[in-house]
Amino acid sequence: MTRMRTRLVVLHVLVLTLLAVLAVRLWQVQVVQGHEFVSAAAETRNRNVVVPAVRGQILDSSGRPLVRNRTALVVSVDRQQATRNPKVLQRLAEVLDRPVKTLEKRIRPCGPGVTRPCWTGSPYQPIPIDDRVSTREALTILERQEEFPGVTAEVQAVREYPGGRAGAQMLGYLQPVTEEELERRDGLKAGFSGVDLVGRDGLEATYDEELRGKPGLRKVQVDRLGKPIGVEQQVAPIPGDTLVTSIDARIQGFVEKAVHGAMKKAPRADGAAGVVLDAKTGRVIALASAPGYDPAVWAGGISEAEYQRLLSEKAGKPLVSRAIKGEFAPGSTFKVSSVAAMLRSGYPIKGTYGCPGAFMVGDRPFHNFRGIGLGTLTMHTALVKSCDTIFYKAAYEEWIRDGGLHAGPKAKERFAATARAFGFGSPTGIDIPGESAGRIPDRAWKKNLWAQTSAETCKRSRTGYPEVKSASRQAFLKRLAHENCVEGYLLRPGDAANFSIGQGDVLSTPLQLARAYAALVSDGKLRSPRIGWALVRPDGTLVKKIEVPVVGKLPVSPAERAYIKNALSQVASDGTAAGAFSGFPMDLVKIGGKTGTAEVYGKADTSWFASFAPTQNPKYVVVVMVSQGGMGGQTAAPAVREIYEGIYGIKGTEPVKPVTKLPTIAPDGTVQR
Amino acid sequence: MTERTLLARRRPFTRAGARAAVWKLDGVLLVAVVALCVIGTLLVWSSTRTWAPGSTGLVKKHLLNVAIGLALSSAVAMLDYRLLRAYAPVIYAVTVIGLVLVLTPLGTEVNGSHSWIMLGGGFAIQPSEFAKLGLVLLLAMLLARPKEGTDRPRWLDVFLGALAAALAMGLVMLQPDLGTTLVMGVIFVGALAIGGVRKRLLIGLALAAVGGAAAVFYFELLEPYQLARLTAFIDPSTDPRGVGYNSTQSMIAIGSGGLFGKGLFDGGQTTGRFVPEQHTDFVFTVAGEEFGFLGSVTVVALLGVVLVRGLNIARLCDDRFGTLVAGGIVCWFAFQIFENIGMTVGIMPITGLPLPFVSYGGTATFANLIAVGLLQAIRMRDQAFT
Repeated sequence: MTRMRTRLVVLHVLVLTLLAVLAVRLWQVQVVQGHEFVSAAAETRNRNVVVPAVRGQILDSSGRPLVRNRTALVVSVDRQQATRNPKVLQRLAEVLDRPVKTLEKRIRPCGPGVTRPCWTGSPYQPIPIDDRVSTREALTILERQEEFPGVTAEVQAVREYPGGRAGAQMLGYLQPVTEEELERRDGLKAGFSGVDLVGRDGLEATYDEELRGKPGLRKVQVDRLGKPIGVEQQVAPIPGDTLVTSIDARIQGFVEKAVHGAMKKAPRADGAAGVVLDAKTGRVIALASAPGYDPAVWAGGISEAEYQRLLSEKAGKPLVSRAIKGEFAPGSTFKVSSVAAMLRSGYPIKGTYGCPGAFMVGDRPFHNFRGIGLGTLTMHTALVKSCDTIFYKAAYEEWIRDGGLHAGPKAKERFAATARAFGFGSPTGIDIPGESAGRIPDRAWKKNLWAQTSAETCKRSRTGYPEVKSASRQAFLKRLAHENCVEGYLLRPGDAANFSIGQGDVLSTPLQLARAYAALVSDGKLRSPRIGWALVRPDGTLVKKIEVPVVGKLPVSPAERAYIKNALSQVASDGTAAGAFSGFPMDLVKIGGKTGTAEVYGKADTSWFASFAPTQNPKYVVVVMVSQGGMGGQTAAPAVREIYEGIYGIKGTEPVKPVTKLPTIAPDGTVQR
Repeated sequence: MTERTLLARRRPFTRAGARAAVWKLDGVLLVAVVALCVIGTLLVWSSTRTWAPGSTGLVKKHLLNVAIGLALSSAVAMLDYRLLRAYAPVIYAVTVIGLVLVLTPLGTEVNGSHSWIMLGGGFAIQPSEFAKLGLVLLLAMLLARPKEGTDRPRWLDVFLGALAAALAMGLVMLQPDLGTTLVMGVIFVGALAIGGVRKRLLIGLALAAVGGAAAVFYFELLEPYQLARLTAFIDPSTDPRGVGYNSTQSMIAIGSGGLFGKGLFDGGQTTGRFVPEQHTDFVFTVAGEEFGFLGSVTVVALLGVVLVRGLNIARLCDDRFGTLVAGGIVCWFAFQIFENIGMTVGIMPITGLPLPFVSYGGTATFANLIAVGLLQAIRMRDQAFT
């Protein structure tokens, strides 16, 4: 028995050692490191629930909503919890009556090789997977939290568009905020609850910060499942400001209809845009682009197929606003700039000019439209009848005066400089993102282009184009490459001639053209157009009126402006748009404008009509552009006529009352008209 | 010897004998065990009151379990433990049959382990808890007869004991229940050590255990989740929301208790149910959070009292069988206590083992209290005959 006793003593010592180890470890964990675990405990138990602020509405100039909020029951999933317990998604799929695969796709994070539907937001945010949940479904989820850990159903505001497709590109859309964007934001960030969205395009993007408001904070104690068991502290969210725009929802509707109709009528048309500016203030009254899309597709996450469709060439890239991003040769509408350039170059305003059927620019004949000569014209008639050869001649003469092919650095380049002064070649600075600059091809631009392309063209001038089938085309391309290689940096006389009638390398956006006309027919001041008019708190107090900055002055005297305006005023009644406006009650409201038909290599002509009304004291500037729409007088001008018919109530509808005052918003949020 | 024992067993059932025996009860052991049961009841109450149906959570059921356990314990204490020596093979066999039954469709799977036999009416038994007892008794029986003229057990008995332990451990491993398998291994090694086998053999066994562990890793005998659980305790921060979750949350609960604790029912981590399985395997975290260092050390001390009293009983017993039974029980409790509390404070890997006398769980409560009854029986007989 002594051996057993000895062994028991050893066991005794061992047991006491183990107990001592436990006691020491408890001292370490509870007393020495205790405070660390106290804060760790608070971290796991207390959740800062960010209560998202209601996003501000976007209103038109009389207070009609362009974008408003609809409350919706939204079901969101915490990805980390859902991936830990795959059965949750399965049960959720049954409740929501959707395939599990779709839900799985919605919650995977976007990344290289992972295409939509996927989650672009922060991985620590609950991911909304359905925003059209019935109360019964939401209750099923909320009542059985044991079965649905990490799944929440809550009431959220979802964007709604009363105008449907109208102005979709201008209004923009919302997407979940990315981690980087969230980090850049000041103040509270939705880490746990709620969904942080960010405006991705259009007004939603430009005025994102103001519309967003300030989220509130609720400090809650939660249990393991994230279920709140008590509120410790609460800070109410501050709702976002309402953006009042100068858009007139009715006019926007007319423009949408006219632009889409014009596209349908022109068989080859692949895009169109319409711009209506307030001639006096430079504010935007309507901005439309076709083809359009229904912005409701963004709410609650977009499907992969839908997203691809929006980006596709086949659907006509409806996300792209042709009004501000579409760059097209402006054709004859550009002549207002060329007339001004002629006047600055000393061509007399009262002179008469020959308009032959063709003009020799160097060794190459440049033709009038259809090669028809119009005899001797005043500048006035040259604009009304849209003679080209007068401008060719003037531009060619200016080009020679600048020094021809080998102009020195002091070349005046009057035509290009005047065009720039009219606002072409640089973004207008409108308050929506993604605007294009257009292009003014002057001597510097040519040099730049050549620097970038000469390596390729010079190689091609040696190797030719063996991959091209037709031998004659091969020869043509090789000759072109050689020409570009050798003297591509030179502004050739033909380039100058084309420039004067808005052809060749000149590109303009419909908005650029519209604001040039607005400046021309009003006070000669070039403005940066604004869609936003004022920011107003939901209770009606004005936060900020958005001013329209003046960014330049046309290089034309008031008398000259009046002369040009006068000439343009005759276009719709006697000139190139007379056909389109036949039967239009010009005595009621007289329309002025200029047609444009720009040739595009390998495509149908771009159809333009830039207009203003009434001619006496212009209120509206309306520009319509139809890509591959044919002649300006045939496609764009009738569309503009439709818009005016709507505005002035000519087809029996109620005329649009011009809005000059901001709408009054009562403290309860209702709009008084 | 055997005949005398069988004759002597009748004595406690005489009134005088019983009265004499009751006075010889180990009072300290009894008080410690009852105190642990009371504390356990409070902890189960605190950790189940927020979610289990009824305002008292699982307390009523737990109290019923404790009451049944104490009754079984008293009955066992009244028995002449030497009678058990004769029946040890039968008891062992019955528990092994139980272990086989759980593996048949009669058994039910809970939390990934096939360890339960549902009895209906909300009651279930876990045969592996009784199997520990059966193994203790059988090993004590085998090792209690030394080789002629020595105080070392016979090789045949050691071999038979090894077979018995291997059979029970193998069956438990099939459930799979790693914790109980380890407890049985410790019981086997402990019984051999107390039984007086050569140190060489003990060292050899230790080496075999190390080799076995290496083989488990090498041949991937464990399920990946088991391996992950075992290794996560080394650095729970590698995956705090995954396998390290239990460990992290349990340390947060205990650590946040501080020196004095947050008070009964006031533990936020407990109320929020952050620690999984908190009323069973992780019940100690409730003590840590709500009673603080002072409270949890008290629990450790009370458990220490049980172990030390058990060792005392083993040492004072004149008979090899009694010493081996008591020693085996102490080894079982000691390992289970160290493993259970150790895993909650991050010094041992996580395995599913309840804390004796404290955790919720019927079968475990019964088996533990019966083991205490055995200790008392050994003590009473021991003193009655000397």
